[in-house]
Amino acid sequence: MTKRHTNAGAGVTRRNLLKAAGALAGAGAVSSFPAPAVWSAEEKVLRYLGTAVNQSDDITKKVKADTGITIQNIVATTDDVTKRVATQPNSFDILDTEYFSLKKLVPSGNILPMDAKKIKEFDNITPIFTKGQLPDGKVIGDQGTAPKKVMFLEGPHSKTFSKTPTEWVTLIPTVYNADTLGIRPDLIKRPIEHWAELLNPEFKGKAAILNIPSIGIMDAAMVVESLGKYKYPDKGNMTKPEIDMTVGVLTEAKKAGQFRAFWKDFNESVNLMASGETVIQSMWSPAVTAVRSKGIPCVFQPLKEGYRSWASGFCMSKGTTPKQQEWIYEFVNWYLSGWAGAYLNRQGYYSAVLSTAKANMEPYEWAYWMEGKPAEKDIHGPDGSLLEKAGAVRDGGSYDDRMGNVACWNAVMDENDYMVRKWNEFIAA
Amino acid sequence: MAAGRDLDSYGAPGWLQAAPFALVFAAFFVLPLVFVVIVSFWDYNDYQMLPTFTTRSYVESFDGCLTDLPNLCTMFKTYVSTAKFCFIVWALTLVIGFTVAYFLAFYVRSATAQMTLFLVCTIPFWTSNVIRMISWIPLLGRNGLVNQLLVGAHVVDAPVEWLLYSPFSVALAFVHLFTFFMVAPIFNSMMRIDRRLMEAAYDAGASGWQMLTNVIIPLCKPGLAIGSIFVVTIVMGDFITFDEMGGEQIASAGKVIETRLGALQFPPAAANAVILLGATMLIIAVLNRIVDIRKEL
Repeated sequence: MTKRHTNAGAGVTRRNLLKAAGALAGAGAVSSFPAPAVWSAEEKVLRYLGTAVNQSDDITKKVKADTGITIQNIVATTDDVTKRVATQPNSFDILDTEYFSLKKLVPSGNILPMDAKKIKEFDNITPIFTKGQLPDGKVIGDQGTAPKKVMFLEGPHSKTFSKTPTEWVTLIPTVYNADTLGIRPDLIKRPIEHWAELLNPEFKGKAAILNIPSIGIMDAAMVVESLGKYKYPDKGNMTKPEIDMTVGVLTEAKKAGQFRAFWKDFNESVNLMASGETVIQSMWSPAVTAVRSKGIPCVFQPLKEGYRSWASGFCMSKGTTPKQQEWIYEFVNWYLSGWAGAYLNRQGYYSAVLSTAKANMEPYEWAYWMEGKPAEKDIHGPDGSLLEKAGAVRDGGSYDDRMGNVACWNAVMDENDYMVRKWNEFIAA
Repeated sequence: MAAGRDLDSYGAPGWLQAAPFALVFAAFFVLPLVFVVIVSFWDYNDYQMLPTFTTRSYVESFDGCLTDLPNLCTMFKTYVSTAKFCFIVWALTLVIGFTVAYFLAFYVRSATAQMTLFLVCTIPFWTSNVIRMISWIPLLGRNGLVNQLLVGAHVVDAPVEWLLYSPFSVALAFVHLFTFFMVAPIFNSMMRIDRRLMEAAYDAGASGWQMLTNVIIPLCKPGLAIGSIFVVTIVMGDFITFDEMGGEQIASAGKVIETRLGALQFPPAAANAVILLGATMLIIAVLNRIVDIRKEL
């Protein structure tokens, strides 16, 4: 315990120690029960493990100002977050991870679900998570690890996902988005409408794909379906022959020199696109924004076959104390209360509770980001940088148009082990 | 055995003197290695390792290696690719490293100038190897400086694609990064050569080429061998250079381990590490056959 608090870095400063000591002395003088006074002087520190999607200095500062909680960000790649949860569950307090990792994390017993009753805005969380529907009731694609499949556990210590909503929530959603291909319209010079274009020989040596096997293979599956080669029962859970076939299609393209490179990391994807090494590739929304903010045209191209979606959320380490858990609930409730949601929406992501985020955004911002309307004024990012001039329309349009066209979700397959081996074979081809 | 008998003849002081390093070696090298070997024989599932004995990781790693013949399986393809780069990089760094060391040792007369120039060789190591690698990208890219120059001078009509994200760029980066590992030991060997031997060769009427092949190269053998071991082991285990410069499209033994680790599959990663260790030790054993480093030193 003590170690954890001194680990806090900024946590124990001399001033805080003096303050605590003063509180102790004062409390001792007036009361024979000093505990509450010490408690209130104690620094609230949470170690926050995540992938940096929603870990920013701005959020950390705002949390501190609003709640007094000091957030210590531990940033790692998606793979490393999972690795850390599996091997060092005591190295963090609050975890921000993707829903598709849950199939690996929940059976490990290293994370605790959150109690829906303690989450103020729980009932206002978008039904995409609880029912797999848009707020207007439209049912969206659920291939792969759709959040609704892994959202609830049967009990507080259960390792079984519940098919119906319960009080025990694996992850309280924070952020999600619909991914598609990024393109350079200035270099392609014609409309792109299908995933199949990724393997179009026209772009030989100018295409790239994501080299995270579990996600890359889903993009490949979108391409295979778009080419009309095969229709998967579930792109997010392929059989061995389906994996062989999908990797086969990729291997053939690789041998023909279709790919310029593969990328694994956000910045690599930005560099490939910005330098013109690639003109079409798997991409993430903020990476497209990053290319555009360099003054280079780049479009997050909506495609007929739909989007590949992902979502992440919060849960707790099994090593947390009841007091830390209280802070975590306070933090999560703060997170859903609007400021953070607006911050995420302005980056082109989506927030879990739409109503509170809306209240924290200007009407013209909401209209641009969420309703797909032309921007009335210039659109600025959360850091103040100019993202779009007035009159621009968001790629893919409104929330309902984008999230309504989700075809599948990032996933861990039952045949994950086999798939990873096949992926290595593809790299070696 | 021979070493043990030598040590015995020195008695307790000999053992005591060897103990600190032996302990460090045991704790930080032998023990972890033993763990890696043990884990490579464990089973695993999506989220944890299962401590039961199985050869699954090895069997699956070599999947198809016999049945697919004469086509190469993933494992063989990966090792052929890695070994190919090893050989190319080794040959280039050897020639370049030897030339640089030769210049430093025999052409530069003053000891101060020698040491200064030698230290100049280390300047690239003041930054991380990732930065040294990435700095090639704006130079070699499709719209990079080299291509701009070639297209501008009408040497080629369209940008040359194979400059970046290709075997060429991988080999180039390796040579750039690791030539110094050849220069240092070869230079060291050359400095130990007794100059009177060269004068004697000259007096006996040897030509410059004869002096090089009959005197200098044989006496540089330990330096050549040590440099070769450095370069070969680094290239065998590397995956970052392959990724950054090869656009993650070129297989390497290290990359396979990295992908497995990324997927939380520790036992197959460990098995591949053991296989890689075996392959590297094989190469070093062969090198040792050619040059007996211990004897030469």
